[in-house]
Amino acid sequence: MGVALARAAQWTAAGSGTGTLEITPLNESLLNQIIKFAEDFSTKHPQEAAFVFREPLEWKTQLDSSVFGEGYDINEATVQSEARGKDGQPLLVLSASTLRVRSFDQLSRLLRIAMEKKLKEAQACLEANRDPIVKILGPEYGTVEGEDMSILHLFDKVKKESDLETELKMKIVLLLHQLDLQLLNSSLKQISQDVRLNPAAVNNEVNLLKNFSGQGEDTVLESLEYTSDYMFSNGCRAPPWRQVHGEICYLVIKPHDTDPLYITCSTAGVFLNGVIQKATRDIHSTVHPSKTIHAWTVRSFLNHNMLKNILEKIISVFFFFLNKPKSSSEKASKKDSEEEGKSSTVPLTTKKTASGKSKTVKIQQTSKWYGKTSSSLEDVGESSSETDEDEQPVHRQEGGTDLSPEYWGVQKLAKYVKGGDPTATVIALCSMRDLNLSQETCQLAIKDTGCLEVLINLLDTEEIKCQTGSLKILKEISQNVLIRHAIADLGGLEIMVKILDSPDTDLKCLAAETIANVARFKRARKTVRQHGGIKKLVELLESISAGSSYQAKDTETARCGALALWSCSKSTKNKKAIRKAGGIPLLARWLKCSHTNILIPIVGTLQECASEVS
Amino acid sequence: AAMSRKGMKLLVDSLTRSSKHFNKSEVECLVNLFDTLVAKASSDFAGVGFNRIVFRDTLHSAFGMTDDVVLDRVFSIFDRDNDGCITVMEWVEGLGVLLRGTLDEKIKHCFRVYDLNGDGYISREEMFQMLKNSLLIQSADEEPDEGIKDLVEIALKKMDHDHDGKLSFMDFEKAVRDENLLLEAFGPCLPDIK
Repeated sequence: MGVALARAAQWTAAGSGTGTLEITPLNESLLNQIIKFAEDFSTKHPQEAAFVFREPLEWKTQLDSSVFGEGYDINEATVQSEARGKDGQPLLVLSASTLRVRSFDQLSRLLRIAMEKKLKEAQACLEANRDPIVKILGPEYGTVEGEDMSILHLFDKVKKESDLETELKMKIVLLLHQLDLQLLNSSLKQISQDVRLNPAAVNNEVNLLKNFSGQGEDTVLESLEYTSDYMFSNGCRAPPWRQVHGEICYLVIKPHDTDPLYITCSTAGVFLNGVIQKATRDIHSTVHPSKTIHAWTVRSFLNHNMLKNILEKIISVFFFFLNKPKSSSEKASKKDSEEEGKSSTVPLTTKKTASGKSKTVKIQQTSKWYGKTSSSLEDVGESSSETDEDEQPVHRQEGGTDLSPEYWGVQKLAKYVKGGDPTATVIALCSMRDLNLSQETCQLAIKDTGCLEVLINLLDTEEIKCQTGSLKILKEISQNVLIRHAIADLGGLEIMVKILDSPDTDLKCLAAETIANVARFKRARKTVRQHGGIKKLVELLESISAGSSYQAKDTETARCGALALWSCSKSTKNKKAIRKAGGIPLLARWLKCSHTNILIPIVGTLQECASEVS
Repeated sequence: AAMSRKGMKLLVDSLTRSSKHFNKSEVECLVNLFDTLVAKASSDFAGVGFNRIVFRDTLHSAFGMTDDVVLDRVFSIFDRDNDGCITVMEWVEGLGVLLRGTLDEKIKHCFRVYDLNGDGYISREEMFQMLKNSLLIQSADEEPDEGIKDLVEIALKKMDHDHDGKLSFMDFEKAVRDENLLLEAFGPCLPDIK
């Protein structure tokens, strides 16, 4: 209670002496909760209710003696309770409109008596006794900022002495702490709904981001500028006729690898302007921030691994103000269909988690951070090493506790994969393939449950069935960018290259196909080369039947090898390695084959090898 | 008793014809092996065949198959006439499936291994029997049988296509054709290619 009162309740500035509680919805709800707590106290915890306070809670009351009935000695204007403490003093005394209460029991009775006046009474009581805990239990239990050792000391005392008194004290302390947490939680909900953006906050964030922008490799953004240099006295840079609409300022953000973004900051949030017109006046005159509030994020185009984590944290703070829990669950995209392609605000992405559950101040983000054209960048259709997938995927931060059903399915199967013998493992792996592995939730569930490590460990065993089962799954889920990186980080590539030596052809094919999927980013390709993977993949192209007839199995093996080589050949050094391993004549030999599904990767690889910049 | 050369030749010829998997010289080797085993066996069967124990040892040492339940079943499959003794014919034919069987033959073989009571269905109890030692690491707060029962359910869900709560031969065959790894789903009953 003490903490909640000190932090969450809204007090007026102290005029003379103690302040008073403002009349706000937040305070009202706090008071109601406290009242409820106190009222129920004597019924819920009768023993603790009888505990006598160290000092009485004292305040000026508006009740008069007439409301008191049974259990009280009424003597004209003074009232005393019949219940008395060990020292013979009454536990409740009302004299000259000052009330002194010395136990929870009396407190709850009083509140019940007060009926419609209880809100005022509670307010008066709390205003007069700013730290009630001190009065109830004694000065050593006062509310402190930071670490609160009082419970620990009390616990030690209880262990040593174990008399009823200390035990009661302990219970009361715990109950009050519980009340504190409850109050803080509910007040947080209220507070976070009211947060609005203000110019100072925007200025701070812009300055922060400016520190991380600039030319050069290790910056996040190329530049981040206001559109106007002039700042009005209220901190806003928007012209006054736009300030009326709540707009604060406009920004031009140039990320490193896409077109500039035009942003509008307003008290309702931050928005991205849609279509860009040449005439700047169009931008300002037709921006229509919608009345309802959308959550959005700027897509961040990171191209440096080093700053990834730092930036996540910074930007999560930045967008603290932008995420309005209330309306985030709607995916409404209010694209103003204004004619003539005038700019309109478009919320880029929306939050996924349920609103209003802001249990912690750290905002739940499920804003998706993707490289802009991640799918097209990685496309095997493009040649030339420049269109590499260079971006590092930033991890999506999961918020809330809504885990998908796939998560539990994977969790269940993971148990058998991790702890079963090969027989059980194979059954579980086969079953896992029935889950919708192409769905992202499922893929990430496999990663999050720790299944990915197990799958890669299985590859390291000598059990062919387990290896096969594991590779079948890995082949599917490595379509996901995050999974690819995770596989590479966990050392999966080395093991897969080793598997290319296995006598089992099916296993080799699967390994090659999985390598083809994983090797879609630079680091993975390098790893493959460093472990001698290129040579082994070239060997897959050597078919056993060197004659003009192409056996189906050999064709399949060669196809998988070619797919892997195609992915790997995007790196210049790999192109050289393929050439050195004698890959070109082998590739050329397969050109005579008439099956299209092998021709595509073969031709792709040859195209890559031929397009070296030299 | 050693066979005469002519008898041997006749035997080998007939076996080569009936078994589709081995050529002549291979059959000869197998027959020789058989003879050695018979010699090792006790004299119960008077040189006609060898019994369960010898069979189990052989398979154990030759193929690394260790599961007793499975080995028992394999013996019963080999022993077509169910007389407790494996004759040379049964030996060669049985090995044909184990070593060189087509997928169909292997499916039949495995199904018969897993169908413990031979009623044409693999029931939950039979699956439980075979899988009961397959969970090596269990969480302490879980009943040991629960984990296996769950695994049986998972397997059933994957393979029971006619949803009758047990696996008929059709179910099993279809499941294995869809996913080859499930051939030895309930335990290794084929030799390891190592």
